[in-house]
Amino acid sequence: MSWPILSVVTFLPLLGALLVALLVRGNERLARGTARWVALWATLVTFAISLVMVWRFDAGSPEFQFVEKYNWLGIASYHMGVDGISLPFVVLTTGLMPICILASWTAIQTRVKEYMIAFLVLETLMVGTFSALDLVLFYLFFEGGLIPMFLIIGVWGGPRRVYASFKFFLYTLLGSVLMLLAIMAMYWEAGTTDIAVLLRHSFPIGLQKWAWFAFFASFAVKLPMWPVHTWLPDAHVEAPTAGSVILAAILLKMGGYGFLRFSLPMFPAASHEFSPLIFTLSVVAIIYTSLVALMQEDVKKLIAYSSVAHMGFVTMGIFAATTQGVAGGIFQMISHGIVSGALFLCVGVVYDRMHTREIAAFGGLVNRMPLYAFVFMVFTLANVGLPGTSGFIGEFLSLIGTFKVNIPVATLATLGVILSAAYALWLYRKMIFGTLKPSLEGIRDVGWRETVIFAPLVALTILFGVVPKPVLDMSAASVAQLLDNYNHAIAAAKTAELAERARSTAR
Amino acid sequence: MNQLTDIHDLMPLLPELVLACGAMLMLMLGVFIGERSAAMVNGWCVIVLAVAGAALVWVPHGTHTMFGGSFLVDDYARFLKMLTLVGSGGALLLSLDYLTLEKQQKFEYGTLFLLATLGMLMLISASDLIALYLGLELMSLPLYVIAASNRENLRSTEAGLKYFVLGALSSGMLLYGASLIYGFTGTVNFAGIAKATQSGAGVGLIFGLVFLFVGFCFKISAVPFHMWTPDVYEGAPTPVTAFFAAAPKVAGIAIFARATVVAFPGITHEWQQIVVFVSIASMALGAFAAIGQRNIKRLMAYSSIGHMGYALVGLAAGTPEGVQGVLVYMSIYVAMTLGTFAVILAMRRDGKLVENISDLAGLARTHPTMAFFLGVLLFSLAGIPPLAGFFAKFYVFLAAIKAGLFTLAVIGVLSSVVGAYYYLAIVKIMYFDEPVKGFQRMPVLLRLVLGVTGLANILFFVYPAPLLGAATVAAKSLF
Repeated sequence: MSWPILSVVTFLPLLGALLVALLVRGNERLARGTARWVALWATLVTFAISLVMVWRFDAGSPEFQFVEKYNWLGIASYHMGVDGISLPFVVLTTGLMPICILASWTAIQTRVKEYMIAFLVLETLMVGTFSALDLVLFYLFFEGGLIPMFLIIGVWGGPRRVYASFKFFLYTLLGSVLMLLAIMAMYWEAGTTDIAVLLRHSFPIGLQKWAWFAFFASFAVKLPMWPVHTWLPDAHVEAPTAGSVILAAILLKMGGYGFLRFSLPMFPAASHEFSPLIFTLSVVAIIYTSLVALMQEDVKKLIAYSSVAHMGFVTMGIFAATTQGVAGGIFQMISHGIVSGALFLCVGVVYDRMHTREIAAFGGLVNRMPLYAFVFMVFTLANVGLPGTSGFIGEFLSLIGTFKVNIPVATLATLGVILSAAYALWLYRKMIFGTLKPSLEGIRDVGWRETVIFAPLVALTILFGVVPKPVLDMSAASVAQLLDNYNHAIAAAKTAELAERARSTAR
Repeated sequence: MNQLTDIHDLMPLLPELVLACGAMLMLMLGVFIGERSAAMVNGWCVIVLAVAGAALVWVPHGTHTMFGGSFLVDDYARFLKMLTLVGSGGALLLSLDYLTLEKQQKFEYGTLFLLATLGMLMLISASDLIALYLGLELMSLPLYVIAASNRENLRSTEAGLKYFVLGALSSGMLLYGASLIYGFTGTVNFAGIAKATQSGAGVGLIFGLVFLFVGFCFKISAVPFHMWTPDVYEGAPTPVTAFFAAAPKVAGIAIFARATVVAFPGITHEWQQIVVFVSIASMALGAFAAIGQRNIKRLMAYSSIGHMGYALVGLAAGTPEGVQGVLVYMSIYVAMTLGTFAVILAMRRDGKLVENISDLAGLARTHPTMAFFLGVLLFSLAGIPPLAGFFAKFYVFLAAIKAGLFTLAVIGVLSSVVGAYYYLAIVKIMYFDEPVKGFQRMPVLLRLVLGVTGLANILFFVYPAPLLGAATVAAKSLF
């Protein structure tokens, strides 16, 4: 391979941010326009290059590809690479960014230049998180993302933005610092922070348990899992539309990706031991947050709680540690990335027009916005998990995977699907059907810019619902290898335990 | 002392000689030309510091022992001396515009900076208790005077007096500890003390050690000997506060680490407990007490108390990795502190310095570049990656984990989350709040310091090898 394609994808947005920062000058209106266009082109080119990467990716191999490695900190190296688990997330990130920029085109009118810089920097950090193959480097990208997101919520957010941004930042930081200590302990145990090496290292069981909890603290907050999810509704409600999209579609996925990349393969014995804990929290998340979602009066808050519920399926599937469960978890994350992102965009459309997110303020929108009603319907049904949409595949696979290992958990989770249908359809009926509210007489249907935003998302939701193969194939080899190693490690741990028990009884 | 016949034997002492002679020369100039020379003399003092830095690079490498083993020049000393000179030079650069604008130009100002710095360099190189005390006093006396340099100002004189009284008390305690140590070991030399304490130590010696540590903790403002810090930081003229926050801390930490690691390796377990306690207390107090502050100088005082706690985490490990962590921490700390004070000194409205955090409201609109760099420095102080402050914390905690100090590490990172809160609160005021009236144009020198330190904090992660390499070499020379 001649050029470092992965680094280009990672740092091209940063270059775009630098361009915006240094070159965009002049009068306010001109600067705004230039900043928008530079950001749009930077994200589009990044997306195009990431598609080249998909095209050149060998899905048959479970190994890391497009690997780059340079000496960096001495103890840590600049090591980048993607496999079938991380590549879908990279593409999800690069693909959603142009949409986010477009969604902010008219909604953001103040400090446009800074806004675009924050988004471009955030994109670099997110792509870096998914493609870092060194723990310290991973941590750098993972935590670095807090700064731009903090500013996005705090500067361009709603009335309670200060509270929400602080809560977001401190919650996430609190989870991650413990992970940092675990990373250090792993370094002294294994002598390296290289993820590719650590994936083959077997840690002693004592360290596994502590490190598992430390990583759990970080990813559970990020994902978020019940009961540490409370920052999410606040952050979602206060963030600007594009910020909510990024938060729901990508930042949350970092938690799930972390479980897949670190917890499961590096601490298999601990993962196995603590999987009942994860199952319990997941089921509580699915049922409890669905019920909470039923009670919401704010559209964004409702979707935020539904995100928590859907992430419950992800953790459940991942820690079921079966092929279907893990594949379902990954698929559910990708699908939820598209669907929940799109739902927040839908909210953004009416918010831009009416400047309210109260569910009660809407009703009968289908009379004035037929196209909008259609788009919203597609995503609502995908959110419910209707067969034929991408949401179905993810939930179905993770449920099947869980049924194989734990029937009560899977049964309860299936009940959660019914609840999700209840709140999603209730929301749709309230907002779209019924009599038209007088205040909504003059509301416009989606314009051409919004159509451009929604068209690819609608297409993908239905496409992946009918033909999920591209995503599943991309990650199949990596998932198979992950589970292979996992089962070997569990078997080895069990034999060791049996031998220990035999020895103690003999004595 | 007869062996010092050849001038070449004095070569390792060149930086100190430059500073001593430079200080005399500047004093002479000031006295003969009079008050109108003040601006020039203070400017020249920066150059003297730079020349001392150049001399430091130029002096022969390797380890040199001088004056019968009481003065030691090794890689460790060179690293920290360079850092001290950077700290002093940076603080003096920050002072120049301030002195002119406040009509406080006095030629003694720069001269006292030079003398205090000379004391710091001697302190860093001290390898027996007597040299240690000499260096410490030579450092402290000019500091007391500079703290009170704004004679007409009540707060400044109060700060100077407070600092002096408490400083004298702590010096006394240190001296008492040193005499106890001498009494129980029969030597003042660090290597000799190490030999005498090889197989543990009695209660008397531990007593002496504790008193010695009291002196060190006072100088670096570690809890529970931190009470003077907020008052002195608030009362002293702002560039002097910048100086206090940067250079003496480096020298204090330097001698703290050298004395503990070189002189008491046999009783590591005993002093480790003390350092762990001091470290935890400093981190926690620094984090919690800063939350309620309204004055940015007081806030920086608590922030520096917290940062000393983090630096001590590395020392608590008592390993080469730990000392390396301390060195990296102090280097990055100096950069962050100087940059932050460059902004504080630029908070000038209607010809007067303002010091309230709320005066920064909306800075991102009125002075976007300044707000950006201060934002970077604040996130760096909070230890958020990829900024330099993260790596500073990373290396000290890495050493603590290796040494098995898990409780210390966990409390440390948790208090760093609490600490992040008040740094974020400043970012919030700058970025989220509605702007108030803008500040006056930022003087060029302040821009220079802010730009250099800000960029250093952003770009550290791109090429960290030079600092890390130098710190590793320096830490090795202690063991």
